[in-house]
Formats: sequence, structure tokens, C-alpha cells
Amino acid sequence: MSVISSVLLLAQEQQPTAPAKVEAPPVGAIWPILIVLGAACVGVLFEAFLPRHQRWPAQVVLSLLTVVGAGIALVAYATDAPAAGELAMKGTLAVDRPALFLWGTLLALSLGAVLLIADRSVEPGGAFVASAAIRPGTVQDRAQVASTGMQTEVFPLTLFALGGMMIFCAANDLLTMFIALEVLSLPLYLMCGLARRRRLLSQEAAVKYFLLGAFASAFFLYGVALLYGYAGSVRLADISAAAAGTDRSDTLLFAGMGLLVVGLLFKASVGPFHTWTPDVYQGAPTPVTAFMAACTKVAAFGGILRVLQVAFQSTNWEWRGVLWGVAIVSMVIGAVLGLTQTDVKRMIAYSSVAHAGFLLIGSIALTEKGLSGTLFYLLTYGFTTLATFGVISLVRDASGEATHLSQWAGLAKRSPLVAAVFTFLLLALAGIPLTSGFVGKFVVFEAAIDDGMAPLVVVGLVASAVAAFFYLRVIVLMYFSEPAADGPTVTVPGAFTTAAITLGVLVTLLLGVAPAFALDWASGAVFAIR
Amino acid sequence: MTGTMNLAAEVQQASGVASMAWLLLVLPAFGAAVLLIGGKRTDKWGHLLGSATVIAAFVYGVVLFLDTKSLGAEDRLRDVHLFDWIPVNALDVEFGLRVDPLSLTFVLLITGVGSLIHIYSIGYMSDDRNRRRFFAYLNLFVAAMLLLVLGNGFVTLYFGWEGVGLASYLLIGWYQDKDFAATAAKKAFLMNRVGDVGLALAIFIMFKTMGSTQYDVVFAQIGNQSTATVVSIGILLLLGACGKSGQFPLQAWLPDAMAGPTPVSALIHAATMVTAGVYLIARSSPLYSLPQAEDARLVVMIVGAVTLLIGCVIGCAYDDFKKVLAYSTVSQIGYMILAVGLGPAGYAFGILHLLTHGFFKAGLFLGAGSVMHGMNDEGNIRRLGGLARKMPITFVTWTLGYLALIGFPFLSGYFSKDAIIAAAFSEGGGRGWVFGGIALLGAGLTAFYMTRLLILVFLGKPRWENLKSEDGRAYHPHESGWTMTLPMIVLAVGSVGAGAILSGILPEWLTPSIGELVEEHGPLSHTLIAVLTVAISAIGAATAFVVFGRREQPVTRPARVSFPVRAARADLYGNHLNEALFARPGVWLTRFLVFVDNRGVDGLVNGIAAGLGGSSGRLRRLQTGFVRSYALSMLGGSILVIAALLMVRFA
Repeated sequence: MSVISSVLLLAQEQQPTAPAKVEAPPVGAIWPILIVLGAACVGVLFEAFLPRHQRWPAQVVLSLLTVVGAGIALVAYATDAPAAGELAMKGTLAVDRPALFLWGTLLALSLGAVLLIADRSVEPGGAFVASAAIRPGTVQDRAQVASTGMQTEVFPLTLFALGGMMIFCAANDLLTMFIALEVLSLPLYLMCGLARRRRLLSQEAAVKYFLLGAFASAFFLYGVALLYGYAGSVRLADISAAAAGTDRSDTLLFAGMGLLVVGLLFKASVGPFHTWTPDVYQGAPTPVTAFMAACTKVAAFGGILRVLQVAFQSTNWEWRGVLWGVAIVSMVIGAVLGLTQTDVKRMIAYSSVAHAGFLLIGSIALTEKGLSGTLFYLLTYGFTTLATFGVISLVRDASGEATHLSQWAGLAKRSPLVAAVFTFLLLALAGIPLTSGFVGKFVVFEAAIDDGMAPLVVVGLVASAVAAFFYLRVIVLMYFSEPAADGPTVTVPGAFTTAAITLGVLVTLLLGVAPAFALDWASGAVFAIR
Repeated sequence: MTGTMNLAAEVQQASGVASMAWLLLVLPAFGAAVLLIGGKRTDKWGHLLGSATVIAAFVYGVVLFLDTKSLGAEDRLRDVHLFDWIPVNALDVEFGLRVDPLSLTFVLLITGVGSLIHIYSIGYMSDDRNRRRFFAYLNLFVAAMLLLVLGNGFVTLYFGWEGVGLASYLLIGWYQDKDFAATAAKKAFLMNRVGDVGLALAIFIMFKTMGSTQYDVVFAQIGNQSTATVVSIGILLLLGACGKSGQFPLQAWLPDAMAGPTPVSALIHAATMVTAGVYLIARSSPLYSLPQAEDARLVVMIVGAVTLLIGCVIGCAYDDFKKVLAYSTVSQIGYMILAVGLGPAGYAFGILHLLTHGFFKAGLFLGAGSVMHGMNDEGNIRRLGGLARKMPITFVTWTLGYLALIGFPFLSGYFSKDAIIAAAFSEGGGRGWVFGGIALLGAGLTAFYMTRLLILVFLGKPRWENLKSEDGRAYHPHESGWTMTLPMIVLAVGSVGAGAILSGILPEWLTPSIGELVEEHGPLSHTLIAVLTVAISAIGAATAFVVFGRREQPVTRPARVSFPVRAARADLYGNHLNEALFARPGVWLTRFLVFVDNRGVDGLVNGIAAGLGGSSGRLRRLQTGFVRSYALSMLGGSILVIAALLMVRFA
């Protein structure tokens, strides 16, 4: 509570004298956010007032319409947006090219994630728990599935999280950023604990995520406080200006920055702040994991890019070496620990830690190319991961998803299509040419070399080589091992999951074969420094 | 000399009929594609399509020939630009065709003999389940061979060169279920690679020194290059020619290549592909004609002379019908190489002999195939005999080919081989006597082993009467069907008449491509040489009659024989030489590298992998699952980050 009150205090201090006449701020630029948050509220009302059997269709339609509508609003705005970006909501949001690109990425990824979440054919009754007292697979469970269909609170939660992520990417001051961080995190904590099967694992994951998330938020907030002490403002531009020319103690600046960055790195699951990632990815319901892995990564790196490039650009000489170290640790941890994982979801979690390291390389290349490269990498990684978790949710046995690697042995003999799709996605994660993963790595590493970080790129390449081992191991397992006698079956996915996986795979292929158009969108993006 | 050096400037862009020259490549390639892609669906009519495409190519070739013939001599060099093939920086390889007398000569040979052999194969392969695939490979070969001779640069030539190598490999190993066929195919492929390295290096040197690999540029600039460059290109090209044409020291694969079906032996390993080496050297005549290339030409002549002797000597000792013919081919190509090594005095005769040889050797092979077809695939001449009466058409056509080969007066071989022998004598000085003498000796030996073959197969007693073939069937020799006899008759007619006709017109016809024929006169007059050659051939044939024709020959070959026969039976120890010089050191090197790979490289790789795996296993224990330890690691990380930031700032 003290945390919250200090936030309020700071917020009041930020604008000590409220203007006498309150004008409604122009909202043209932020329609996408308003649509998402508004729809989330409507979703809550649906939960409260609609009869049970109508909730699922209503929520699905609402969520999909929201994402599509926000996308249309975004496109409509972006077509004639000012090139240098503009500030919205009294300077708390900076709607500039990177923000628009990230919003687009987030909305597109959410579309896939919502489709995965909405699926009821892979797991009858959806992937989410309805009543804690009823064990999955029992007579009561089936009766409940028949009567209610699916628990639907998860839809408004998803939309709230999405709204938070979009604000997070565009936040122009640290307090807005913090609020957005909490708005995106709290629904995620809840969603992690909603798994229908393996509930203990799921709940444990939710609690861990919540505790560590609160811990990280404390770091973030403490950092904000120190930076306010240093610059006298929480606006990124003011911090930048202060760092360029004040005589205040640099201890405040760097201690504050360190704490702030730790909070951000935690969200992006960069090593050594990644420890929650494997447990939570494994425990959370797979559609939620897909949403989290794809969208949270995008939002968190959006925030990291903005903070580093806007607020701390001028002091990069001091902090860059430290973040080199962090990137190396993250890549090494992800690649090396991934080697001995026996659970597919944990393996992808460590892969995401390694990818976070690669992304961090792009983020600390403080050039236009570094920014656009990182943005492009986020786009590619998001779609690949989304489709990967989509495929993982299909391989099941009697007790739910069969995530242990030994159960995947010989999968290609039973389900050649699923094995082929998963192989393609794994190759994309490994960064093999003709997939988007290769192009993403290429542009990021290219930017890093141009910015004089060749040694870091060498480490990155070695780490990719090591990481390739565990991706290829799964492929070998699927194609060259004898199938286990009582192995899992592959569920024939319904239209929703099929659509989500197809979306991810097609984008992965498209960005691997013809990436020029997306690179064009990402290039030329500069933050609106004001 | 200057005439050949200015060739490049006179090349014109083709128009009219010649601009369609790509049809020559496309027709057989289309046939191959349809047959290979169409699969079993084309089984019924595949052989007809395969033959039709090659016959169509032949017809177009004739039209093209007449068109070119109607032009003045100076307009007969034409290029057809198709597209830029490899434009990379300074390297610009054009995909174009050179339509000139030399390439047209080959086009007619390849498509003409190719058509006949396609027709012959319809009958010969009628029992083979995979006849369609066979025709696909034959078409592939024809397409590649045409590309080889039509390309207007060395890279295009190399493309075709490798294409015919592939087709040859596929066809030698046609009887996949037989070990010896697979081994022979592999051997042919590997020994050809040795030669191809030479050709590739020559192309690299051309690009390095002259910046291009197109004929016109290379031949225009070759005169300005240093002697070392010219000689090394010349010798490397020769190495390529040796590989493809079965010349010393790479001759050993050609006899083994007889493991393929007989039409393949006739088409690829007698009439066309193996003469690619001769084509290469004749095509490079502007290079070999240079005074700087004197040494390279000497090497060419030595290789030719050595090979022609080796082929004759080994041919005398073998008992396998097709292998004797194969060594005969080796020996005859030796003559051609010797001829083109003589320079302007010999190019035309080399090509002339190549053409006449194409006729009679293809005919001889087809005859051999016909005999084997009627004799349960029996190839051992000691188990044949007296077949003249059972297979009259085969006998007559084969005998005409035989007479042409040994140089019976006024048949084909008489004009072409004698011309080479005369040209060798006219080289002058000690060289003239040595090379002329070897060529003359070769003529005698040729007559000897060919007569031996004739006696053992067609004359004498039918030794097969009380024998059974390997699969236990009795022999019932019979004449082959018309699809097989017709090509043999056509080729026999060619064997008789081609020499007389071609020797008159060929030198003048080829002048635009390879320069004027330079007539020199050595110490012996041409008439004397002709008489000498016929006399020596007659002595060779007579000796064979005395040795083999007068008494009955044993069915199994005698084991106790004199040293020369033993050596000849062992291929004059050519395989042993290869084994000792290349194969064994190669095996040692391989073993050493395997050792290094196992211990060194694998050790390193496995060590790294084990190291990573081990550290992964250990690091994994840090992931305890307890939130407290996770929080601790975060705290530790944060402290490190902040401490590092402050240290960097205040250090």
C-alpha cells in the first residue's frame, strides 16, 4: 500500500498546480487503446449480466471485434500520422513510429492469442478452470462443460492486459509506465493460475509470478523514485535533459537507472532475471503462455527501447558495458540451460531467455538500425512463438498436454503435418534461412556490428549455435525415433487454433522469404523525444 | 597461324535457321524430362518419344548443315546468344551456342549415330522392364553431348562435359543389381573426376589471365600470354581430354565401362562421348597452334602414341568381345589424339578419323550386341565361334566394319588412319620416324587383334554347341529383328563409303573452325606410306589367321602363357600402377584424416558438447523451484548491475 500511496504522491507532485480549466485532451492518436480498454470494461459487464450460455460467443465476438477494430483505428491513424510522432493525454503518451509499430505487432499477436484462448475443441470446455472443486475428466466435469461451455473471465482479462501493454510501449513518463506495467501484469498473474488441468502446477506458477513480479515492481518503483530525485521529473525527456547537464550526484542517476532497468529486464525475462520464466511458461495454460510469451516480450522490449534511447541515450558510455554483460549472461543461460530440458514448454522458455539476450543486443545498439532491427525481431519472434505454443497445445494424452519430450518421440510417423509445422517453427527459432528468425537475427546482429559491438555478436552467434542443438534435438526425436507405445495423440484442432497456428506459420514464412515490406515499416522509426 | 588467331573477330550473330539452334538442346532434353517425370505412365510409348526427339534433332541438324553450307566460308562461324548465365562481378559467363563447321560436324555425328542407336535400342532393350528410363538417360546424354559441342565458351562446354559424365555413369551402372556394373560406374566417375580437375583448372587459369572463358575472347588473347600460361593451359586441357577419352594414364575405366548395355557402349563409349577429348583439343586449336604451345603439343602426341600402343597390345590378349572393342577404341582415340597433337597438319585428319571411327566402331559394337543378344548375353569369344551362318546380316555388316577399321584399301579407315600415319611421318626428323613408326606398328597390331576377333566369333567351329550359358540355358543363336539390323546396315554402308567422301570435303569444310590444313611432306612419300600400311596390316591379319584360324581354340583360356600376354591380360599393369600411385596413398591419407577426425576434431566437438551438457546439468540445479532462491538470484543480479554501473561511472 505504501507503494501505491507514494505513487499518488509523486503523481501529485508532478503536476503541483492543476490547471484551472480542464480541457478534454485530444484522443485521435489513442483510439486503439481506448477501444481495447473500453471493450475490456464491456466484457466485464457481459460477465455480470449475460446468461451463461451466451457468454462465450459474446466474449469471443467482442474480443475479436475489439482487436480488429483497434487495428483499423491504428491503420487509419497511422496513414496520416505526423512523421515525428505526437504527444497525447497531456504528454503522458508518446505516439510515435515505434509505438505505432509495436501497437500493430501487439494487436496482430493478440488476435492469434485470442483465437487460441477461445478454442474449445482441443480441450472440451476450454483450457481454463471453471470450478476448483471439480476434477478434470470426471462425470461432474463433463456435466459442467455441457451446461456452461467455458469460463469466459479470461477474455476481459486478456483485453486489460493488452491495453496495459499498449500503454506501456507508448508511456512517455515513468509513472505512466509503471501504471501500465501493473495493468498488464495483474491480469496475467490471474490468467496463469487458471489452468483446467495440472492445477497445482498452474497455481504455483501464478503465485511465483505474482511474488516475483511484485518484487520486480518494487525495484522499478524505487528506481523511479531515485530518478525523480535526480531529475526532478519522471518524464523521460526531462531525465535525458538532466543527465546531459546538471551537477547533481550521478549516484542517484545510475542507481535509479539500474533499479529501473532491472524491473524492465524482469518483464522481458532477460537472464539473470529470468528465473520465473520456465516455471510460469510450464504451469500456465498453454494459450496464456502463448499470449504472455509473444505479447509481454514485445511490450517489455518496447519499454526498454524507449527508456534506453530516450532517457539514457546521453549516458550510454557508462551503462552500455553493463548491459553487454547482461546480454551475454542471458544468451548463455538460455542456450546452455535449454540443453538439458526435458519439457517442451520449459525448453521454449529457455529459448525465450536466449532470444531476450539477442533482443537486448539490438536494444543497446543505439542507432536507427538497432531500433528498427529490434522492432522487426519482436514481430518475427512473437508470431513464431505464438504458433509454437499453438502446436504444443495439440499434442495430448489422457491427462492433458503431453509436454514431456520423450512423449514426442516418433511424432512424425503419426502426424506428419504437425511434425512438419513444428519443425519449421523450431528452425525459425534457431534462425535458419528462409524463416523469419534468420532475418530477425541478421538485422539485429548487423546493427550491432555497425555500432561497434562485434564481440557481442560473436557471443550471440555461438549462443545461437548452442541453442540450435536443442531445437534440432526435438526434430531428430520427432523424425528418427520410434514412437512410444502409449504415446500422445495429436488432436485435430478446431478452426480457431488452426487459424492461429496458420497465422503464425505464414507470417514466419513470409517474413523469412520476403521481409522487405516489414523492414520498411520498422525502419525510419524514431522516438519522439520531447 | 594468323588465320586461326583472327578467328575470334569473325564470329557473327546467327540469324535465320541457325538462330533456332537451341532446338538441338531442347528436343532431347524435353524427351528426357518427359520420360523421367512422367514415370510409369510413359512406359508404353517412352522409347518412341525418346527416338523421335533425337531423330528430329538430326533432321534439324541436317537443315542447319545445309544452311551453313550455303554461306561463304568466311560467314560460317556463328554465335547464338541465349542468355547471360553467370554474371558475377568480373566473371560474365554467357550461355550461347557456337554454330560452326566443327560443332556442326559433331552435331551430325551425335544425332545421326544417336538416332540409329536409339532405334537399335528399341529392339535390344525390349526385354528390359525399365526400357523407358533407359531412353530417358540416352536422351539426357544426347542433350548434354550437344551442349558440350555447341557451347560457345569453356564453361558451357564444362557443363555439357559433366552432363555426359553423369549420363555415362548412370548408363554404365544400368544393371544395378550386378556388383561389377556398380563398380565400373564408380570407377568411370572417379577417373573422370581426375581429368575434370584438369579442365577446371585450365578454365580458372583462363579467367585469371584473360578475364573470360568465352571462346572468342580466350582465343583472341591467348597469343599475348606467356609461354608458361599457354603450356600449362594446354597440358591441363589435355588432362581433361585424357579423362574423358580414356587416354593414358586414365585409360583404365573405359574397358570396364562395357558393363553397360551394348547400345551405350556403342553410342557413348565408342562413337561420341569418348571423342570429346579430341573435340576439346581441336576446338582449342588456336591455342595448340601457337608456337609457344610446342611443348604442350609434344605431350599431346606422346600421350596419343603411348595410348594407341597400349590399346593395341591389350586388345590382343582379351577374351571379352566388348572389352577387345573397348581397347580398340582406346587405341583408335590414341590415333586421333596423336593427329590433333600434330597441329595444323593433323586437326582435320583427327576429326576425319573420329567420324569414320564413329561409323565403323558403332557398327562393330552393335554387331557385338546383336551377337550377344542372340547368345544369351554371352560375351566370352572363346565360347562363341562359327556364328557367320547363324547371323548372316550381323556377320556381313560386322565384317565390313572390321575391314574399315583395319584400313582395307578404299574403305573408311584406309583414308583416315593412313592420313594420320602419313601426317605423323611428315612431322620430320626423329619425331617423325618415332611417331610414324608407332602409328604404323599400331596398324599392324590392330589388324592382328581384329582378325582374331573375327575368327573366334564368326568363323571356325561352333564351340558353343555343347555349352550352356551361366543361367543354364542352351544357346540358340538367331538373327536379330529389323530394329537392330537396320542401324547395323546403315552404319556398315557408312563404314564403307564415309572415308572416301569425307576425306575429300572435310578439310576444306572445317577450315573456318580449325584453320587451313597444312600439307607437309616427310621423308616418305604418301603413296609409299599407304602401301606400307596396307602391307603391315595384311601381315597382322595373316599372322592372326596362322595363329588362330588353323587349329581349334580351347573354350577356356590357357593359363600358362608368356610374359607379354600375361602383362596384356593385366591391362599392362595400368590398374596396378594406378593402385600404387594414387589409390594406396589416397587410402593412407584417408586413414590418417579419419584418425585426425576421430581423435582431434570429434574429440574437440564432443568435448565441447560434453562440457556444455555438464555445465547445463549443474546450472540447472540453481533452478530449484523455490521462489526465495529465485528472488535471491534477482537481488544478486540487481546488486551486480547497479554496482557495475556505479563502478563504471566512478572508476
